[in-house]
Formats: sequence, structure tokens, C-alpha cells
Amino acid sequence: MKAWAWLLSLLSAGALAAPVQVGSKKFTEGVILAEITTQLLEAKGVGATHRRELGGSRVLWSALLSGEIDVYPEYTGTLTQEILANAALPSAEALVARLESLGVGMTASLGFDDSYVLGMRSTQARELGIRRISDLGHFPDLRLGLSNEFLERADGWPSLRAHYSLPHTRVRGMDHDISYRAIAGGKLDVIDLYSTDAEISQFGLFTLADDRNFFPRYDAVLLYRLDLRQRVPEAVPVFGQLQGRISVQQMIKMNAAARIERKPEGEVAGGFLRGELGVQGSVSIASRGERLWRTTVDHLLLVVLSLGAAIAVAVPLGVVAACRDDRARIIIGIASTIQTIPALALLVFLIPLLGIGFAPALAALFLYSLLPIVRNTHSGLHDIAAPIRESAVVLGLPSMERLRRIELPLAMRSILAGIKTAAVINVGTATLGALIGAGGYGQPILSGIRRDDFGLILEGAVPAALLALAVQGLFDVLERRAVPRGLRFRAVQ
Amino acid sequence: MLSFTDVGRRFGAVNAVDGITLEVAPGATTVLIGPSGCGKSTLLRLATGLEIPDRGTVSFHQESLDAENLPRLRQRMGYVIQDGGLFPHLTAAENVTLMAGYLGWDAARIAARQALLADLVQLQPDQLDRYPLELSGGQQQRVCLMRALMLDPELLLLDEPLGALDPLIRADLQNVLRGIFTTLGKTVLLVTHDLAEAACFAGRIVLMRAGRIVQQGTLRELLERPAEPFVEQFVKAQWEPLRVLAESFT
Repeated sequence: MKAWAWLLSLLSAGALAAPVQVGSKKFTEGVILAEITTQLLEAKGVGATHRRELGGSRVLWSALLSGEIDVYPEYTGTLTQEILANAALPSAEALVARLESLGVGMTASLGFDDSYVLGMRSTQARELGIRRISDLGHFPDLRLGLSNEFLERADGWPSLRAHYSLPHTRVRGMDHDISYRAIAGGKLDVIDLYSTDAEISQFGLFTLADDRNFFPRYDAVLLYRLDLRQRVPEAVPVFGQLQGRISVQQMIKMNAAARIERKPEGEVAGGFLRGELGVQGSVSIASRGERLWRTTVDHLLLVVLSLGAAIAVAVPLGVVAACRDDRARIIIGIASTIQTIPALALLVFLIPLLGIGFAPALAALFLYSLLPIVRNTHSGLHDIAAPIRESAVVLGLPSMERLRRIELPLAMRSILAGIKTAAVINVGTATLGALIGAGGYGQPILSGIRRDDFGLILEGAVPAALLALAVQGLFDVLERRAVPRGLRFRAVQ
Repeated sequence: MLSFTDVGRRFGAVNAVDGITLEVAPGATTVLIGPSGCGKSTLLRLATGLEIPDRGTVSFHQESLDAENLPRLRQRMGYVIQDGGLFPHLTAAENVTLMAGYLGWDAARIAARQALLADLVQLQPDQLDRYPLELSGGQQQRVCLMRALMLDPELLLLDEPLGALDPLIRADLQNVLRGIFTTLGKTVLLVTHDLAEAACFAGRIVLMRAGRIVQQGTLRELLERPAEPFVEQFVKAQWEPLRVLAESFT
């Protein structure tokens, strides 16, 4: 009974636990901002839960609209250029009005603008006297290294060059990480970057002012559900306290602390709240053991529940398919089609139906487990030799009895092999659940990739691999027990 | 008891059974014989309900076989096929007693019946504890026979029951079968392609060709009064080598 209640609370992903659900995208700055928001709410006595790294802008936006989360950090540029790109929004007022019509409120800027900028080494910029993008026009020999995305987008380099009449011809496309090292090593003079990148302080870069307002503004704001004003009236004023409080330099410093010094985001956020607002945030940093226990429980629950449900559905489907060939084609066809949907697409597709977190991940794993079990049940039953099947018929056993006493035991080896395949795939695929906030071993892997922390990646990858091996071993034992003894002989003749 | 009335069964363009009317005599052995593909096995399968006739009726005790009465009527039939009919995941004894167990016979009754039948087919008790794959082909067919006889059916349907066995075991089992047929007084319908085997069992032989009955009668009638040249040919093809062989030794 207790376990059941615990399960329910998991399924609702703690939605009952705290009145305010704070979401974050899966990149460092978003996590830090959401952590600051969560800790400030807690410090002001408003219960809040941070649901970390749920996905990209689309996922967070849908989660906000559906009420899965109540608030998350976003950028005005993302709203006008991507999420609401179809609506013509000539002004900030138009944006606010449009959001309000959707039941969404927006704070004023938190104090910084995280947009595309151009950067140079501070020393070189000082030597040449360059402070603004328009100054670049006087130095046509400078070498530019731009990220491929920026180079190709119509509103990227081609527009920028025309807007500022830039004469440069030595322009190369390259990966962002490489361009940082190239400019630090003096191989490049100008690169594109985001204005709060941690590397700005790390490599001593200077960002050029966009003096002719080419780049859209990406002011950091908090988006929240307007119904929060009625539901948790004390929450919205707390959001207001963060308006204008975070400068570009502070954000760069926090990003650097998390990405380069590899401090947990909670600690970085706590430091900011203490230093800037004089608030003692409630930093709860889990130990490695606690984290491992938590991710293991999440992962096992995902695998066991989805596999159990899949067995309960797929074995009967396989039996139905084995009865008639036309049904087999339809059933296996559908299961195969599901299998071809990429995991990420399936997860995103399930979000409007099931929200974010545990439930859609469970549903996706369930769907992926169907095919191997259905197919093996079908082939196991289908491959029973005709004389054996017909002997059971002529004995006079009713069809359910035949299934129970003859056909399922004979197909057991094949069915178990199907379940084993599903289970092993399931253990691996469950790591993707972390993309939509379902936890599990994917969580440390994703965080590790984001923070370039190899140890953290291993914290998810190693147990996932061990679990896959354990599942394999478990089924080998099970097969030895469940496959009838008479099927394990070789013929004596 | 078992009767076919103008029964037909097609497989695509092939008329496997093409208008057969036959009354199987109760308490006696009837042998269906003919060249491969003549429809003799299909006729037997029509009696079990494994095949459904396209036309005509198959009836058992005046009841026309249908989906509703088949499960009940099948308990009064025993069926033995050439090979492969035993359930490999059950021991020989479990194969034999499966249906009796399902019908709720008590343990003592099952054990008594099993012992009687083991004696009849000449199997040792320890052989009954083995799985089919641990038994030889001849032993497997004895188990099949026990399974078919377990519920004491009135009708035995045997489809080339000795077809897969080597000659020595075959001869041995022929004697066992003949003994059972005569002592138990069952109605037997047996399919074979071997005239010598037919002669060994049958009072009555039914010779088939291309889905039709060509002639029925005793072996002597077939030999002495063939209904058409095909009967003569068929009998000669099987009889001559034996006769020539026998003469060469005398």
C-alpha cells in the first residue's frame, strides 16, 4: 500500500509535493536560472520543485501551456523568432499581449541579454581601438571564424554583412568549440558567440557592441502561468524580485563556475542569492551514493513497469496474431511502425497526451517493447509443428486449454527470447527518458555531456551497462527454469 | 457409425476428395489404400474434423460433424499419425493421460487405465517417464497409440501409423496393432500405401485413386475380380515383387 502511494507520487512526478513547479531547458544557463528561482521561492516560504533539464524550448513551452510546470526561464528572442514566429509582434507590448491571451505572464528582463554577438581578444580590440561592430569596417584584413549555423542562416552572416557593409573576405565556418581555441591561439581575430558564454571570461574575450541593432534581443525573462496569481499569489511577486538583478558579467561568471569549474548549478545559484540578494538559498546537493540510488530506482521502475505492461499486452496480441495470418500482418505491421519512430520524436509526440516526466517515458518504453514480444510470441506459436498442433485438436482439448497446456509451453523459449530482447533494449532506451525529465541513468549522462564531466557520464553509463548485463543473466536463468525439460534434449536417435 | 455421404474437398485446383460415399463398418477394420495423393489421408482428416468438406457430409453416430459437436465427438475418437504427434514438453505418461486429467478422472482410474494400455502396447513403466525425444521411433508410436486409446474411444483413426519405422520394428508393431484391433473390437479406419500391411489388418480394403473410390472388398476380391485395369496394376505393382522374390528362393 505504501509502495503504491509512492508509485502514484512518482507518476505524478512530485506534482502534488510543491505548489510551484519550476522547469528548465537542458543547458547550463537555463538550469542555473531555474535553480535561482526555485531557491528564492523556497527561501520566501513558497514551496517549489525544480524539474531539471526537461528538453528544448518547444518541450518547456508546451509543458507550461499544459500546466505541467508553472514557470521557466526563457529569452524574448526565442519567443519572437521561434515559438511565436508566426504571429507578427512588432513591439514588446504586442509580445506581452499575445502571451497574456495564451494565459502566460512574463517578467521584465532579469538584467541581461543572451544574444549572438561578435567577440575579439581584448588585447587586440584595445590595440586596434575596436569597440563596436561598425568599427570592423576599417579593418578588412581581419580573419573571421563563424559557427556554421550562423554562417548559413539568412538572418545570420549574409544579413549582418549587408547591415554593417562589412568588407571581410577571410571568413571561415567552424565548430564553436574550435573557434574559441583558434581565437585564443591567435589563429582568428573575430568569432561569433553568445553574450553570456563562460568562455568569454576564460579566454579574455571582448564583445563588440551591436551599435546598429542588427541582432534581435534575447532578454532573459521568466515565463509563468497567469493562473498562478490565483493559485499561489505569493509566488509572482518573488519572480519580480529577480527583475534586473542579473548582469551579463554575473551570468558569465556563473556559467563559468558551472561549466569550467564544474560546480553543481545549485551551489552556483546559492552563491548568487547570498551575494546579490542576501538570501540564504536552500542548496541540497545529493551525494554520489544518493544520486545513484535515486537514478537506479527511477530506471528500474521505468524498465520493470513498461516491460510488465508490454508483456501483459504483447503476449495476447501475439496469440491473436498466431491465430490468423491477416491479423498477424496488421498487428506486426503496427508494432513495426512504432519501432521505426525515433525515440525523441515519440517522446515529444507523447508530451501533449501525457505531459512530461515519468508517464510519457513509460509509455514510450512500453510501445518499443511491444514488437519483439509480439513477434516472438507469434513466431513461437506459428512454428509449432502441424502434427503436434493437430494432435492437440483431435484429442478434443478446447482452444484455451490447448494454448495453456500445449502451445504456450512449446513457444516459451521464443517468447522468453522476445522478452529478453525487449528488456535489454528497454534498459538502454530508458536513458533517453531523461530528455523529458523522467530521471534514470540518462540524467547523469545528459548532465555529464552538458557539463563536459566524464565522471558524471560514467555515473549513468556504467550502471546502465551493468543493468543490461544483469537483465541478460536473469533471463538466462529464467529460460533454464521456464523452458520445459522435454525441449532441452537433443534427439537420441 | 462413421459415414461419408458424397463428400468433396478441394485444395485450389486439386480435388483431393471428389464425391466419396462410404460407410465404415462398426467393430471392424477398414483400410484406405492407394497411391500418394489419392486423397486417403484427406478422407481420414475429414473424419477428425481437421478438414471441413466443401460438399457432402461426414457423420458420426448419425450426427453431422460441425464446430459445435466436434470437441465432444473427438473424445470418442482416437487419432494416430505417422510421426511427430507427441507433445515434446510432456513425458510419455503425461502425453497419454493429458485428456483424462483434463476431464477430471481420478488418479486411481488414470493409473489403472495407463497400466492396462502399457501392457497392451508392450511398454515398460520406466519408459513412460521419459520425454518423447528420449524414446525410439517405435516406442513413440506405442505411446501415440496409448494416448489414442486412453479414453477408450469407439473409433480409431490411424494415418500411416507405421510409415516411419524400420522393417523389424514395423513387423513387431503390426502384430501389436492387429492384436489390439481384434481383442478390443474397435471400429478402425487405417490409411496405408502398403498392400501387405493392408492385408495384414483388414477385412475390408478400400482402394482409392484421384479422390474417388475405385473398388472396395477383401484382398481376395481385389486380386480375383478387379473392377478396372487400375486395380490390377496397383495390386500387381505391390504383389509381383514379393511373389518373384518368394519364387526365387524355392
